[in-house]
Amino acid sequence: MTRKQKKNLIRILIASGLLVILHFVPDLGIIRFFLYLIPYLIVGGDILKKAAKGIWNRQPFDECLLMAIATIGAMAIALYSNGDYTEGIAVMLFYQIGEWFQSYAVGKSRRNIAALMDIRPDNARVLEDGQMRDTDPDEVATGSIIVVEPGEKIPIDGVVIKGRSSVDTAALTGESMPRDVAENDEVISGCVNLRGELQIRTTKEFGESTVSKVLELVENASSRKSSSENFITKFARVYTPVVVGLALLLAILPPLGNMVIFHGNPEFGKWIYRGLTFLVISCPCALVISIPLTFFAGLGAASKEGVLIKGSNYLEAMSKVRILVFDKTGTLTKGVFSVAGIYPVAAGGEKSSDGKAAEDRAAKEELLELAAMAECASTHPIAKSLRSAYGKEIDRSLVDDITEISGFGVSALIRGKRVLAGNDKLMKKEQISYENAGAEQIGTIVHVAKEGVYLGYVVIADTLREGSKEAIASLHAMGIEKTVMLTGDEETVAKSIAEQVGITEYAAKLLPGDKVEKVEAMLSEKRPDRILAFAGDGINDAPVLARADIGIAMGAMGSDAAIEAADVVLMDDDPKGIAAAIRISKRCMKIVYENIWFAIGIKVLCLILGAVGIANMWLAIFADVGVMILCVLNAIRILLKRKKQPANIPCRQNDLMQEEAA
Amino acid sequence: MKKTYKIEVDCANCAAKMEEATKKTQGIKDATVNFMALKMVVEFEEGVDQDAVMKNVLKNCRKVEDDCEIFL
Repeated sequence: MTRKQKKNLIRILIASGLLVILHFVPDLGIIRFFLYLIPYLIVGGDILKKAAKGIWNRQPFDECLLMAIATIGAMAIALYSNGDYTEGIAVMLFYQIGEWFQSYAVGKSRRNIAALMDIRPDNARVLEDGQMRDTDPDEVATGSIIVVEPGEKIPIDGVVIKGRSSVDTAALTGESMPRDVAENDEVISGCVNLRGELQIRTTKEFGESTVSKVLELVENASSRKSSSENFITKFARVYTPVVVGLALLLAILPPLGNMVIFHGNPEFGKWIYRGLTFLVISCPCALVISIPLTFFAGLGAASKEGVLIKGSNYLEAMSKVRILVFDKTGTLTKGVFSVAGIYPVAAGGEKSSDGKAAEDRAAKEELLELAAMAECASTHPIAKSLRSAYGKEIDRSLVDDITEISGFGVSALIRGKRVLAGNDKLMKKEQISYENAGAEQIGTIVHVAKEGVYLGYVVIADTLREGSKEAIASLHAMGIEKTVMLTGDEETVAKSIAEQVGITEYAAKLLPGDKVEKVEAMLSEKRPDRILAFAGDGINDAPVLARADIGIAMGAMGSDAAIEAADVVLMDDDPKGIAAAIRISKRCMKIVYENIWFAIGIKVLCLILGAVGIANMWLAIFADVGVMILCVLNAIRILLKRKKQPANIPCRQNDLMQEEAA
Repeated sequence: MKKTYKIEVDCANCAAKMEEATKKTQGIKDATVNFMALKMVVEFEEGVDQDAVMKNVLKNCRKVEDDCEIFL
């Protein structure tokens, strides 16, 4: 609670207490009025003051002024008829309770979301001439060496030069598994170092580092307003003057009509009271607060899942996505080569059967080991993927006489035996009969032979992301009508990937320019209310990202240009994030519409009931404050719901740890 | 030229009024007030004295909403 909130709460409590006490005070005529004036001024003094200032500044439709007129009117009627003063005071009281609640709820969700994005590092510890020095991250030059202790955030992107640890990337990616890092590994800022001390050589300036970019993105997100937000602002602008006008008409026309047409009793008191009831309902607060609050909470919930959405307008559009276009490499697949299969030949030249699992495993291991050892000196991506699949340290002393045969493969002496690893051409050249990998094998094939005997082959391919298949399935399940994959790759590869992940359409052999054309063609074909989203990475995707209704970039690995051009960024590169974002946006929009209909509906109902004299001021203020409280609670439901899900437990641990560190 | 300022304001409607007032101030091309983030993004017209414009913005905002603050 802020000081202002505390002060207001005390005022509300004192005024309510006084009201209860005054209820038991006997009728003292005019003195009673002055007694009741005390709680009225305590709870409503600032409103009256603001109202006066509003008049002074010629802001006639200030809600303070409206509340002031309504309550002063109610007090005056009560004074005139020596009636019930509590009504006017209660209106003021409930109005203040509503304001207080709103301010508390907004402050609370503001802090919630700020804590969620609490990734800004306060300082960086620079190592200079063996001395450590704390400094502002902004002042650290690229190439400096910084030290990060366990429990601290990594302030600037860089490469680990000393130390081993695991880092918690949850604040950035929503991924709860810590990532292990060792020397020569790249680390991104905003992660929390969990175990050992790390020395990092910075590769970027603070302003260019991941953490700065993410913060900038998040902080500017809710500045781009959605059409529902704009609608509500416009509505509020019209609503208040209209209601005030109606109130005025209600207070004047019926009594005049009574007098002139029917020559009856004008009943000014009754109609003025009804007009005042109108004024109480004239405040558009419930609407005006609940809609942006819903979007704000929705953006927060999405960033908790590792999906950064650049504006409320995109959050709104996400709920209407019907066509999803994917780039293949780096989006559905990892974009890095890795070993996709090892196929040793059994001694008899036949493929080993499933029954001999152990033998099979040993054969596979040997095959991979030989391939990795033969390729131990190469920097080719294929060699790298073989080594990383092998996983163990390679004893270089066992490998000798490595010759790279360009365009064919390598030849090496391993433990004194001649090993060949390479493509079909190498096998042909060395006249080794090899097994033809079937057409079902997509990727690069490395055959291995030892001492002229064929051992088998290893398939290296760009592997699918773990989440791709699941992501496409859940997208289809949530009503995406069409999924399309665009790739520059070969037809066979495209077909196989599309079938594996369950994508409905694909187009292969596209140049970057063709992708834009394809997307433009789809954009012009579709109905305008069907949103087309494109998910991609890489610099060549930037034009497509910008052209699509919604561009979704793969964040951590994607290029800066793609992140810049995109409207939605997946921090952890997991295509499942798209489904998560669509789910959140749908929930968010549902709440937005609920709030709009609910708030407008109740207000209109109360206006009608007030006009015909069924609703009094009590009901009006209950409706006004009640609607607002319900709308606000409904809005922050997005955030509350998330907390109950077990997936978030690691996040909370992370929060605890950060608290400890602080 | 765009600039972001921190603001202090109590209610969403007041924030909307501040946005209106800011937009109408001379030297301002466009403005967005973000109530939830308590931030104001202001786009100035070419070649204006930003400090002077912002002083006017604050004055105009105070007129529509007495209880607001822009941290210049």
